[in-house]
Amino acid sequence: MSLRSRAVALTLLLAGLLVGGVVLSAITGQLPVTPTEVAGSLLRAIGIDTDWAPTDPIVESTLWVVRFPRIVMALVVGAALAVAGAVMQAIFGNPLAEPGVVGVSSGAALGAATAIAVGASVVGVAGVAVAAFLGGLVATLLVYVVSRAGGRTEVVTLLLTGIAVNAIAQAGIAFVLFVADSASREQIVFWQLGSLGGSLWSQVLVVAVVTVPGVVLALALARRYDLLALGERNARHLGVDVERLRLVSIVLVALLTGAAVAFAGIIAFVGLVIPHLIRMIIGPAHRGLVLASAAGGGALLVIADLLTRTLVAGAELPIGMLTSLVGGPFFFWLLYRQRRRSGGWA
Amino acid sequence: MSGAVPRGAASVSEPVIVARGVHLTRDGREILGGIDLDILSGEVLALVGPNGAGKSTLLSVLSGDQDPSHGTVELLGRPVGAYRPLELARRRAVLSQANTVSFPFRVIEIVQMGRSPWLRSAELADDQAAVLEAIRATDIEHLLGRRFTSLSGGEQARASLARVLAQRTPIVFLDEPTAALDLRHQEDVMRVARGLAADGRAVVVVVHDLSLAGAYADRIALLDNGRLDAVGTPHEVMTAERVGRVYGLAVRIHRVGDSERPIVLPLRD
Repeated sequence: MSLRSRAVALTLLLAGLLVGGVVLSAITGQLPVTPTEVAGSLLRAIGIDTDWAPTDPIVESTLWVVRFPRIVMALVVGAALAVAGAVMQAIFGNPLAEPGVVGVSSGAALGAATAIAVGASVVGVAGVAVAAFLGGLVATLLVYVVSRAGGRTEVVTLLLTGIAVNAIAQAGIAFVLFVADSASREQIVFWQLGSLGGSLWSQVLVVAVVTVPGVVLALALARRYDLLALGERNARHLGVDVERLRLVSIVLVALLTGAAVAFAGIIAFVGLVIPHLIRMIIGPAHRGLVLASAAGGGALLVIADLLTRTLVAGAELPIGMLTSLVGGPFFFWLLYRQRRRSGGWA
Repeated sequence: MSGAVPRGAASVSEPVIVARGVHLTRDGREILGGIDLDILSGEVLALVGPNGAGKSTLLSVLSGDQDPSHGTVELLGRPVGAYRPLELARRRAVLSQANTVSFPFRVIEIVQMGRSPWLRSAELADDQAAVLEAIRATDIEHLLGRRFTSLSGGEQARASLARVLAQRTPIVFLDEPTAALDLRHQEDVMRVARGLAADGRAVVVVVHDLSLAGAYADRIALLDNGRLDAVGTPHEVMTAERVGRVYGLAVRIHRVGDSERPIVLPLRD
């Protein structure tokens, strides 16, 4: 199959998954809603009245207060995580770099947990996000400084650094749990498992305000990420200001991860699985990769969130657990393949 | 018009690289000691010398990868450190020894990356012409659809060279371009270097094969222990006494053809 037809096939696939996932997610739940009611409600919101619009105000408020913010949250968080993964892999020159694996998510979680313990009412919705960003930034810088040598990161160094950063951040979170009062303790524990339940429009707004410009910036830098695959020296020979690109990218990864973690908790492996699958379909060029990762990450989380709500009747599974359940074995497989191909831990 | 640097910007035989008193110390050890070197447009200058003599280091200083501890390097009349990365990329291209690629890009994409310094400044037709010319010169037409990571070492070297050629800069640095290549492609690469020089570009090439350097270079710079032992035509530099002393190995020099190009052979029992 030519690259062009692969790109078309991927676009159709992603569009299908996104629309299907969103509609299915909107109609599924304790209160059944029909797809036409969803369409009618959305059309009414943009000022087009149709016969489809729900007449029952409970249906209307279920959609707009409970389900839609949750769906949009899944979309932006998934996009943020997948794009953060793609950017991280580009600057580390390593397809195994991922915010969850190398500890950036834990760093962001420590920041957010601290903010929650201090009192979300004190710091505000945006305050939790800012704290998550700062925690993520410190963790990214730490991983970056420690694990890179000669412009590349060996798999084994990257993973060991990730272990260390994760350990430190988890210790920090444990301490925060220890000193926090029981109410915020419970809040932190559940949030840490990762959940999109109870998403508010105000939170969605904060995440979207970071994610949308972040994805646009990653797209603008895509060409430079391609050149970076040649190694830092060669990228510099081709006119890339490598130092500046690195710095901007680190802040970008921390921002995207912080935004994703701030309200949804740790949802690991999205940034690993999605860019990898996209690369297998359309190749590693970063413009297509970033764009498709944003869509694919969003689709994945909408569908994963739907599963967490429906797999077990009457209960909601933590979404972070679900993605790790799928992403963990996938990560094993990647490690195994890379190890076999390069005959070691190169 | 900061972007427009025509091919072979300088007229033939003008110094385009001027190094004066270049010293480089690393960890208290002197890697380069007092290098003075002028490199002209339209010439192929071969950097030769034993392992650890400082050839690649000198190349990286001349190309602006590292700053000398003392001394100056000027490229096209301006200190090499004064250029912004993009400006430099439009003036000099570098084929380095390390050409691994982190992700499985296709060969054609790798060659096209050579055009990126000219993005939005060159005509699309020029881009395509430069890429095509580079592909032909390096004999990689049959590899274009393959993934770079699946190529053999020699094929990777040629694809990387094509990327460097596609950059179309007035100055070209080649660090051991023939190292991984078979006999025919070694000759091809050196012929490409000659072609670049005939176009008015300056070519600096690090090679180990002294006979190859002797056959294709206009001038040879022989490095020994971080110092220039000699600079001149192959005929002048390649003497049995000098090569024997610098390399610590007795050699015999054959001179072939009208130009008396030297062929260096070790004395064997």
